[in-house]
Amino acid sequence: MPLIKDRREVDDIWAYVPDDADLSPGGCITVSLGRFRSETELLLARNTEIGVRLEPADDPHELEEFLDRLALIEVDFPRYTDGRGYSQAQLLRRRLGYEGELRAVGHVLRDQILYMNRSGFDAFETERAELPSVIEALEEFSAVYQPAADERVPVFRRRHGKD
Amino acid sequence: MYRYDEFDTRIVKERVEQFRGQVARRLSGELKEDEFKPLRLQNGVYLQLHAYMLRIAIPYGQLNPRQMRALAEIARKYDRGYGHFTTRQNIQFNWVALKDIPDVLADLAEVEMHAIQTSGNCIRNVTSDHYAGATKDEVMDPRPWCEIIRQWSTFHPEFAFLPRKFKIAVTAAEHDRAAIKVHDIGLNMRRKDGEVGFEVHVGGGQGRTPHIAAKVSDFVPESELLDYLEAIMRVYNRFGRRDNKYKARIKILVSETGEEEFRKLVEDEFAAQRTAEKIALPQEEIDRIHAYFEPPKLAPKAANSESFEKAKAADAAFARWTRANLHPHKVEGYTTVTVSLKPMGVAAGDATDDQMDVMADMAEQFGHDDIRVSHAQNVVLPHVALDDVYELYRKLDAAGLATPNEGLISDMIVCPGLDYCNLANARSIPVGMAIQEAFSDPDDQADIGKFHINISGCINACGHHHVGHVGILGVDRKGEEYYQITLGGRADEKAAIGQMAGPGLKADDVPVALKRLVDRYRELRSSKDETFIETFEREGMEPFKDAIYADA
Repeated sequence: MPLIKDRREVDDIWAYVPDDADLSPGGCITVSLGRFRSETELLLARNTEIGVRLEPADDPHELEEFLDRLALIEVDFPRYTDGRGYSQAQLLRRRLGYEGELRAVGHVLRDQILYMNRSGFDAFETERAELPSVIEALEEFSAVYQPAADERVPVFRRRHGKD
Repeated sequence: MYRYDEFDTRIVKERVEQFRGQVARRLSGELKEDEFKPLRLQNGVYLQLHAYMLRIAIPYGQLNPRQMRALAEIARKYDRGYGHFTTRQNIQFNWVALKDIPDVLADLAEVEMHAIQTSGNCIRNVTSDHYAGATKDEVMDPRPWCEIIRQWSTFHPEFAFLPRKFKIAVTAAEHDRAAIKVHDIGLNMRRKDGEVGFEVHVGGGQGRTPHIAAKVSDFVPESELLDYLEAIMRVYNRFGRRDNKYKARIKILVSETGEEEFRKLVEDEFAAQRTAEKIALPQEEIDRIHAYFEPPKLAPKAANSESFEKAKAADAAFARWTRANLHPHKVEGYTTVTVSLKPMGVAAGDATDDQMDVMADMAEQFGHDDIRVSHAQNVVLPHVALDDVYELYRKLDAAGLATPNEGLISDMIVCPGLDYCNLANARSIPVGMAIQEAFSDPDDQADIGKFHINISGCINACGHHHVGHVGILGVDRKGEEYYQITLGGRADEKAAIGQMAGPGLKADDVPVALKRLVDRYRELRSSKDETFIETFEREGMEPFKDAIYADA
């Protein structure tokens, strides 16, 4: 599936391993939070990079002590109307200080990408949105009213010449 | 009132272009209806029974004459010559074509208006006291904080796909006219040791499971308000139910979690915010917004107006209107005028394009350019000199806008019902009109006194039936419309959910049953000053139930 990261189309080197499948010997893989917790040591001992996929009900705090060892966190949007992933992203970025790749997967559509980006996502796995339309979506608003994970300066500061 | 600066102007214009693109992609088929739906909803566009409906935001119910004229123009140009003011202090147009909506939004942007977040599962238009800034009984003017909340919640990236819609109301008066205890969040402004802050109520609501809000904090200082709101919103976004649309409002989360536990979740989330997460609104910005809400410069006047008293003595109809439709102003010699949108035979809250123009003119001539919409679906001119009231009245009367019934039995809240809405089970408007007919004598209405009848055409309760002194709920039973009566509801500082009186009535039986109910009230009231709701609270359900079902 096409992957857009930092406003460019990139190749996806990651593979998600479902809970009932064997861990492949090589390559970068992501696993569910449940699997990560039950097989933490085995997974972190691999030579390849490791990622975790969060489902909407998952608590990102459970990853707190491993964040600097994860290269990727995927947040799944099974339906784009389920907005829990936005809070997971804000918590990972702003509360827990996660700095690796944060990727929106699942039902990811052009018209949600701006809010996703503001909430901290830097990568989008999207079937239907092409790069030009994603960039267009990211640039629809030249000003924002509130601080978020993207660290854009809100108008309440810009109005007073701050930052 | 607040005026847009370059940023606000740009954001609203960019929104128009964004939506224009979305409509184009929808019309070309690139966007599927189920993908388009939440986008159009967050722009106030509903697909109704007959056509698209556009709901336009009137932030905390305030608008200026220029904006009112723009609404009149939209009614003329894109609709059928009228608009419908809503219980959320907004306005709806029921007959707009989808292809025209981007142009309507562009016209609105020219007068600093929009339809942003007037629907959808996001934070909706913040509502407030329609007398804010004018009424004697307020601790301070709540509008600056309403505006601050409006900006903070506009396009908030984290809270655009909540489990369900989310409504915030703010009041700063002793008497709560904003119904804060039946909102998802209700804020009551306080002053403590010289500091301004907010009493916070969460989880009120109507709909199929009505709840009075739980108080989660006695005092959140103003410097922390937005952070505290973010904490509540995040708890709700993460833990609110998404498995069942009817259990998705925050009231269900609060009641299922328990008030204590919910409060702890919010307090923990609030305490966990790191310094970098704090919103930290600069004081200059708080001051900048407050400056827009300076009271109008009212020329000093004597407390009593000779011309006003003379006119009352000479014109009985005017005198009656002044008894119902004026509210005390904080400045001597001035008053607050309610323009009733509840004349006989008109759907509650409806105004024609010409009437909107008249209201704009009146606000300009007599009202310091200030217009409000009340949650009871009336229009208010908050600052009028007593000396001018009679002339204002005569001009309003000529436009059919001087119905003397503010707060009286014919001043009902009525949802659009089955005549317009595709959720409704029963008609509301005709039932409301039949009740008005039954109580058409203005002297009779004045004698009955304060009396709130609220009518909803379905369990979603858009007509606020749960909090009407008398609530009427339309239900469909095997293809026939029935109306269930509840008694004892109220939306003010003593908020209560009405209790069901008994089995549903047929539409034709509702007015006569209410006639008997009102007669019983007049027999039972301790004096003419005791209102129906007070008598009900003293006497209880029984005598009134007997009256309603006397012929059964």
